[in-house]
Amino acid sequence: MKSVYFDHAATTPVDPRVLAQMLPYFCERYGNPSEIHRLGREARTAVEVARAQVAAGLGAGEKEIVFTAGGTEADNLALIGYLQRFEPGHFIISAIEHPAVMEPARALNRLGWAVDFIPVDGDGVIDVGAYEQAFRDDTRLASVMYANNVVGTIQPIAELARIAHEKGAAFHTDAVQAVGSVPIDVGALGVDMLSLSGHKIYGPKGIGALYVKRGTRLTPMLHGGGHERRLRSGTENVPGIVGLGAALELAQAEMSTVGPRLEALRDHLARGVLESVPDVRYLGHPTARLPGNVSFTVRYIEGESMLLQLDTHGFMVSSGSACASGSLEPSHVILALGLGAEEAHGSLRLSLGRENTEAEADAFIQVFPPIVEKLRQMSPLYVKG
Amino acid sequence: MYTDLVMDHFSNPRNVGEIEDADGVGQIGNPVCGDVMRISIDVEDDRIADVKFKTFGCGAAVATSSMVTEMVKGKTLAEAAEISNKAVAEALGGLPPNKMHCSNLAADALHLAIQDYLTRAGREAEVPLILAALPKGHEHSSP
Ligand SMILES: Cc1ncc(COP(=O)(O)O)c(C=O)c1O
Ligand code: FES
Repeated sequence: MKSVYFDHAATTPVDPRVLAQMLPYFCERYGNPSEIHRLGREARTAVEVARAQVAAGLGAGEKEIVFTAGGTEADNLALIGYLQRFEPGHFIISAIEHPAVMEPARALNRLGWAVDFIPVDGDGVIDVGAYEQAFRDDTRLASVMYANNVVGTIQPIAELARIAHEKGAAFHTDAVQAVGSVPIDVGALGVDMLSLSGHKIYGPKGIGALYVKRGTRLTPMLHGGGHERRLRSGTENVPGIVGLGAALELAQAEMSTVGPRLEALRDHLARGVLESVPDVRYLGHPTARLPGNVSFTVRYIEGESMLLQLDTHGFMVSSGSACASGSLEPSHVILALGLGAEEAHGSLRLSLGRENTEAEADAFIQVFPPIVEKLRQMSPLYVKG
Repeated sequence: MYTDLVMDHFSNPRNVGEIEDADGVGQIGNPVCGDVMRISIDVEDDRIADVKFKTFGCGAAVATSSMVTEMVKGKTLAEAAEISNKAVAEALGGLPPNKMHCSNLAADALHLAIQDYLTRAGREAEVPLILAALPKGHEHSSP
């Protein structure tokens, strides 16, 4: 059976062109970038070339890029590293953040910080009025994700950053899902910090970066040899850093061709599903969304069982249902859109990537309706109308 | 994460459906995770002559429902009443720890169906004898 991977928001394969650039840094150019000899200098050069690639991809300066061990660490460094410099006060995040922001926010809350979670509308767009109202005199930071990992909705980041600055607070965005998929220019956005991750953009896992605007002061979380301008100690993950730089450069170069193709594929899949299966609700914003995100809920049936049925047919997708989550809570993102628990249980996410084809989308549209019908026949909630 | 047997029962569930004019029906829902399971039985000479299920839930919930229907077909009510949640999970070769609670649904729905049958047959007095452990509200254990 041929397998079809529709789970690029979870992770992507490493592009072979990226891997080719990484490979020499394992066994041949294995030097420690802090050393002065030839191997050390070669590794240092590779790290700085990658830094320039990442900076170019974001419209940032090279000194504004801090390499981390992934998106989670970048988010933690942004929130905890920034707020630690202040006496506990107040900060703001959206209600639909990834756990990599949600959990450090909760940890700060336990340390005495007040936090507001700003709600979103039915399409997943933040309530800008509520956001603006939430600022207080002691609000130090607002963090709102660029694009949501579950429903793909893109937020008005430039506007949110401007409001935060007017109120005297700094602004961070988790752009892990957006980088490499949509054009990003930190200058135009006006953000102070921005997180990204390698494995969502055809780079390796366990590497990411935080953009830190010049003049933004952070306290490091990892203390040691003072690497990354003292912000992130630890010998650099040279192959990972090389891979991140290469992956972002490649994504930038191909964005103008891949983006429109994915959008067409996304809309084709969404239309196909909505037309062939009754009682399906499309989730997320109709247009302000990631090019590869197709998200919907199917009434009367449960997401994990759909996911498993699709898996036995070779399709790899994701669900925000309670049963699929491991925590036995439905996705907080889908609940935040205003859906009831029963509908949230039937959620499914297809996230497309550059190797997906129209033939794969068509195959999905063929396979999916009978799976839904089979599960509905099994459901005590389903009464055929 | 699931055993081959779980996947088999999930992919090819046995005894799906609803018995028309069933002798007993049991339905149980899990309040936290919002899953629902309904089992209907026909009883002849105190034996379960036929059994069918409908389930809204994860792969483990579907598989345990399917398995429990296989396990009780032809059994006496007393034997069926003794089938525990644990026995269903074991018959499937085990379930992942965070899915153990799903197996509670299946045995509990079955026990409720037997209770319903006895009640309808005017044999309420036997309920406590046959069913030592009727579900008391649904407990939900997180992993
Ligand atoms: C929006 C978002 N933020 C953060 C992360 C975490 O990134 P990483 O897996 O690199 O730690 C992810 C992906 O898991 C994500 O989708
Ligand atoms: S029915 Fe929800 S986890 Fe099994």
